[in-house]
Amino acid sequence: MSLLLNDDEKMLRESAEGFFADKAPVSQLRALRDSRDVTGYSPELWADMAAMGFTGVLVPEEAGGVDMGFMAAGLLAEQMGRNLSASPFLSSAVLAATALRKGGGEQAARLLREIAAGTSVVALAVDEGRKHNPAGIETLASPSGNGFKISGAKSMVVDGHVADHIIVAAKTDSGLGLFLVPKDTTGLTVERTIMVDSRNAARLTLDEVEVDGAHLIGTLGDGEAILQTALNGGRAVIAAEMLGAASAVFEQTNAYLKERKQFGRIIGEFQALQHRLAHLYCEMELARTAVLAALRAMDKNPKSAGPIVAMAKAKLGDVARLAALEAVQMHGGMGMTDELDIGLYLKRIRVLSELLGDADYHTEHLYG
Amino acid sequence: MTDLEAFRKETRAWLEENCPADMRTPMDPMKDACWGGRRWQFASEGQKLWLERMAARGWTVPMWPKKYGGGGLSKEEAKILRQEMRRINARPPLSSFGIWMLGPALLKFGSEAQKMRYLPEIARGEIRWCQGYSEPGAGSDLASLQTKCEDKGDHFLVNGQKIWTSYADKSDWIFCLVRTDNSGPKHHGISFILFDMESPGVSTRPIKLISGNSPFCETFFEDVKVPKDQLVGERDKGWTIAKYLLTHEREMIGETGALKPMAQMVAEMGVTPDPLTRAKINKISIDEWAFAQTMNRMLAEAKAGASLGAKSSMLKYYGTELNKRRFELMMDIAGHDGLEWEGENSEDGKLARLWLRTKGNSIEGGTSEIQLNIIAKHILQLPGA
Repeated sequence: MSLLLNDDEKMLRESAEGFFADKAPVSQLRALRDSRDVTGYSPELWADMAAMGFTGVLVPEEAGGVDMGFMAAGLLAEQMGRNLSASPFLSSAVLAATALRKGGGEQAARLLREIAAGTSVVALAVDEGRKHNPAGIETLASPSGNGFKISGAKSMVVDGHVADHIIVAAKTDSGLGLFLVPKDTTGLTVERTIMVDSRNAARLTLDEVEVDGAHLIGTLGDGEAILQTALNGGRAVIAAEMLGAASAVFEQTNAYLKERKQFGRIIGEFQALQHRLAHLYCEMELARTAVLAALRAMDKNPKSAGPIVAMAKAKLGDVARLAALEAVQMHGGMGMTDELDIGLYLKRIRVLSELLGDADYHTEHLYG
Repeated sequence: MTDLEAFRKETRAWLEENCPADMRTPMDPMKDACWGGRRWQFASEGQKLWLERMAARGWTVPMWPKKYGGGGLSKEEAKILRQEMRRINARPPLSSFGIWMLGPALLKFGSEAQKMRYLPEIARGEIRWCQGYSEPGAGSDLASLQTKCEDKGDHFLVNGQKIWTSYADKSDWIFCLVRTDNSGPKHHGISFILFDMESPGVSTRPIKLISGNSPFCETFFEDVKVPKDQLVGERDKGWTIAKYLLTHEREMIGETGALKPMAQMVAEMGVTPDPLTRAKINKISIDEWAFAQTMNRMLAEAKAGASLGAKSSMLKYYGTELNKRRFELMMDIAGHDGLEWEGENSEDGKLARLWLRTKGNSIEGGTSEIQLNIIAKHILQLPGA
């Protein structure tokens, strides 16, 4: 399995570098935050991403996507991480797109087309408690008429507040099911939760929400497998976003150590700091490898990618946090100010490391 | 069939035919390696035959040019040879500082006469080499070395002391850093010379380590005469060669991190770890995997045959520190059993001695702190590093 990028991938990375630095720099996130924007992202950016084909990176060509795979999705996410670009990319273009694609069917095909076109936002609702725990889903879907009645509560539903559809994971008598719930369905309450990183999620309450049989994604028998693939794809892409965010703070810190003066010396002359940054450099190299391997593994065979994705998510959880913590400390008081971007990265990395399983979760569940 | 496919087929057939049965069993690098040299006692007829046959094909050094005793193989062919050897669990026919260290330096910096003289006998395993670098007063600060080398007209005269010379007491020749000029900055005035360890005035004394083993020696030079054609490269400019060789050494030591996975070692011990220990094992497994993959990635990124440069410091630092972590945890898991020092049950304290050996990994070949200095200076470009 080659961890080197091929020419197409290099080209995509280059165009993503320019695109996100230009269209969605950190200042955009600040503006969204400061204006208490109702969506929390820029719809113009989402439209531009659709025009570039980014929203359809995992959507089949017959549904209007570019179908470039997880490595491509990861290369895009890395640049989003570098720029803290806010968009429903992870929720719609990665998690929902992967679940819908694997599930198949007419409904799914229509939504995949809308995701690729940038006209629909679709969120995935899995977790219910404080921590990621797909094995502990309590939300229940019981047969009702020619469909199901779903009751329960969901938390940390990324982009749930702006989603046109929500894919709800619920247990049934015959295994886990994934149900497509339109936002205005009776019994569904969506509460926007503004998170520490100025991004958005939602808490959902489902009170006897009725959906017909066509809203089941795939079959009940393979709900578990569909969810697993979507989660692993999401984890690999989150790891890539963490790599981008961590690289950005690492580089900013490296630059700061070359300009900040104390005791009449550039602080980068102090060995205490040099060794810490050099150690971080090594960890960053391992982190990059882990991300590349996880994305490649997802493209090669999602069924066997689990342990590799788990290792990457765990490694990035540790390394990206180390990068953020070191960045704050080495920037001194300035690292604590809102004026510098360092704090924004610290917050985003904290959220990303928690999403879909933190380092401890994946270390414990390394082999499933 | 492509040329490479044909090469694979021939290689497979030749290995099947020529690799003795006892050279296809798992090798304990501490006990079973074949080091060659004038005084080498072969462990078996198989070990002797295997070295002779491989050397005759140039396959102890597959990528060296044929005229220097190598196999003249391309990178792709050498990879196939490695794969085919792995397929039948063939042991390396020869372990040698001549192959790993001196050879690459001679190929790059040696004169044609020196290459013709020294490389073939390295390839055949006839001469065992050791490395004279560190001195009692020049460890991490290697460039402050003081072993004196005076020009006496028709020969050099060497006086001084080296330390941490690996296997000096078992080696035939030494490649050695000496001071030929003391007047300028310390990196200037260092020269790289070769001489026979049987030369009058050379003596060695093994150093007993905490593991109970003595792989290193103190080496003393008293009025050792060295012919002048045994100077490699330019006089006073040996530091360039020294640095080149250290890079090679680092890549080699870093690879210790890519040895048998932790989880496998624990499984072989027959232990079922408790949840906390399991978590620690998994954490180390993640780093083992990421490190091994990083090494592969960096080698693939480097152009064919090119040196990794300062990145080798990253591999050396991370690989050796990881290996220390692995063996600390192995000792935790082994508990009372791991503390046994003698007796059959513990194979004379095999685990404990390995654990102690790993402590040297992050010191030899430049300490972890020196590697971090190199990364800070050459990769991070921090000032004054």
